[in-house]
Amino acid sequence: MHRHASSKSPLSRLVLHLILIVICAGWLVPSLGLLVSSFRPHNLISTTGWWTALLPPFKFTLSNYTYVLTRGHMGISFINSLIIAIPSTVMPILIAAFAAYAFAWMRFPFKETIFLVIIGLLVVPLQLTLIPVLKLFNALGLTGSFVAIWLAHTGYGLPFAIYLLRNFMQDLPGSVLESAYLDGATHPQIFFKLIIPMSVPAIASLAIFQFMWVWNDLLIALIYLGGTQAVAPMTVTMSNMVNSYGGGWEYLTAAAFISMLLPMLVFFTLQKYFVRGILAGSVKG
Amino acid sequence: MNAFSCEVMPAGERFDIVQGGKMNSPTILMLAVAILGVPLLLIGYITLSERLLGKAAHKRSSSVRAIFWIAPATILLVVFLVYPIITTIILSMKDAASKGYVGLANYKYVFTDQNMLLVLRNNLLWLVLFTLATLTFGLLIALLADRVKYEAVAKSIVFLPMAISFVAAGIIWKFMYDFQPAGAPQIGTVNAVLSAVIPGYQPQAWLFNTATNNIALIVVGIWMWTGFAMVILSAGIKGIPTDVLEAARIDGANEFQIFRFVTMPLLAPTITVVATTLIIDVLKIFDIVYVMTNGNLNTEVIANRMYKEMFNYHNYGRASAIAVILLVAIIPVMILNIKRFRQGGANA
Repeated sequence: MHRHASSKSPLSRLVLHLILIVICAGWLVPSLGLLVSSFRPHNLISTTGWWTALLPPFKFTLSNYTYVLTRGHMGISFINSLIIAIPSTVMPILIAAFAAYAFAWMRFPFKETIFLVIIGLLVVPLQLTLIPVLKLFNALGLTGSFVAIWLAHTGYGLPFAIYLLRNFMQDLPGSVLESAYLDGATHPQIFFKLIIPMSVPAIASLAIFQFMWVWNDLLIALIYLGGTQAVAPMTVTMSNMVNSYGGGWEYLTAAAFISMLLPMLVFFTLQKYFVRGILAGSVKG
Repeated sequence: MNAFSCEVMPAGERFDIVQGGKMNSPTILMLAVAILGVPLLLIGYITLSERLLGKAAHKRSSSVRAIFWIAPATILLVVFLVYPIITTIILSMKDAASKGYVGLANYKYVFTDQNMLLVLRNNLLWLVLFTLATLTFGLLIALLADRVKYEAVAKSIVFLPMAISFVAAGIIWKFMYDFQPAGAPQIGTVNAVLSAVIPGYQPQAWLFNTATNNIALIVVGIWMWTGFAMVILSAGIKGIPTDVLEAARIDGANEFQIFRFVTMPLLAPTITVVATTLIIDVLKIFDIVYVMTNGNLNTEVIANRMYKEMFNYHNYGRASAIAVILLVAIIPVMILNIKRFRQGGANA
């Protein structure tokens, strides 16, 4: 890891530490300012810098959180975000796993061609699909419903999920599957008892990647949920708050921090899988 | 500021489904159906299709079986991606209400209208500045962190913004850029720090000044994505064999020469992958601009323009043409990915 430690003069080591620490501070300060501000009362937040709160007298409050969670819609939006994100993660992974199993271990006509189309679809900007899909949802009366957004996220998440799982599944030991098949196991038995358990590392990375993507999504929710507050996830509610509260920093900072809680928890507990998902996702963009 | 969201969220509160944070029963039912019902349905589907196939002749059933396994994915891919892409291309040659064909008039608008040219300029600005700065910072931090004991902590700090939404990042940075008139105490970190460091500094309204606002937005993008570039480049750096670096050092190369003639060439393929991903993402940038300026004051980008054409002006022809521009810009990457896959064959 520290391959150069011995070969450098103390002065250049000092410069190295200084640059790195300044960069890290620069990266941390914006989030820190948000966190501190979210606990400050309105009259202080709009008249003094957040850094003054770090010195006594300490005047912190929880009222910003109470307000945004109850009167500010963030409470119900948190639940809406969960209602949107959980099925939008489970559905594409399960459906993609079926397809990936077929692509990895079955023979069928046009297999190669269909997979090439899926690879092409990996990088298609979602903007290309918005108008026709919205028209479809309008025609079916689904716009503004959770079903619409589940289906949309499932469709959009599939190319990457199939791509990742197929690559993982085809590297699984064929001899194990072969002997199970010869022992009379059916395809669903092989799939649920062997393939899925063996694919857990890939599925975990994928699940975190997809969950975070849906949780943090604004555009798709904005378009297919039609802006109805009752079904709005936190991203939509927050962007509405930015427009209607303008400089109400005490509410905006508290709301933003609530929306960051779950991603941060995932980040700190499952960082390994999260990073792995991001690495694998670098083909997708 | 935004006609669409003002209309849907009036200043007064609306509690349609919820009262005081309690969900009504249809919502709970929906969630139960989605979490339990859908997987059960899918598992039932695959088990049942296997039963059906069990009765069919064994030989021929193998590709029929595959069709059952890929059918749900294929149907969804066609409905949500393939069919919409084709339809959008057709719509881009129709009028605002998608009634009559207008030839290439929408494309003429995209490439000649003054506002659209500004939008394209802004995207170009994002493309160049965001990509270069994110790569540079990512590489710099990866190289520096590789040499210290607190590498993991440093990398976690820089990577953290990847986990939060663009909307939350927009709020964080709107607060960072907050502007108070000169003389009043600055509550925005940027203006406060600059006031403290530079004597006689005049506080700037970073997001309102048309000379700085695009840069100010791009900085938010850089802050969010540098962690991504850093993680991948760091993995690339760790992959360079130590003996190669050692050999260069024994030959008398200094740190800069090693970086320029050993590290950089070996890292080139990784840099290409990161740059490609960043370019794909920056072309579609939407949330940061939507939350922080809503495209006002010369900050509009392609995706925000398309959204406005859709919802504010109801011009589906122009909105589709703008979307097709994005597709055309992405096509080289698409071809590259397909080529790479075909060369790699089964292992790609």
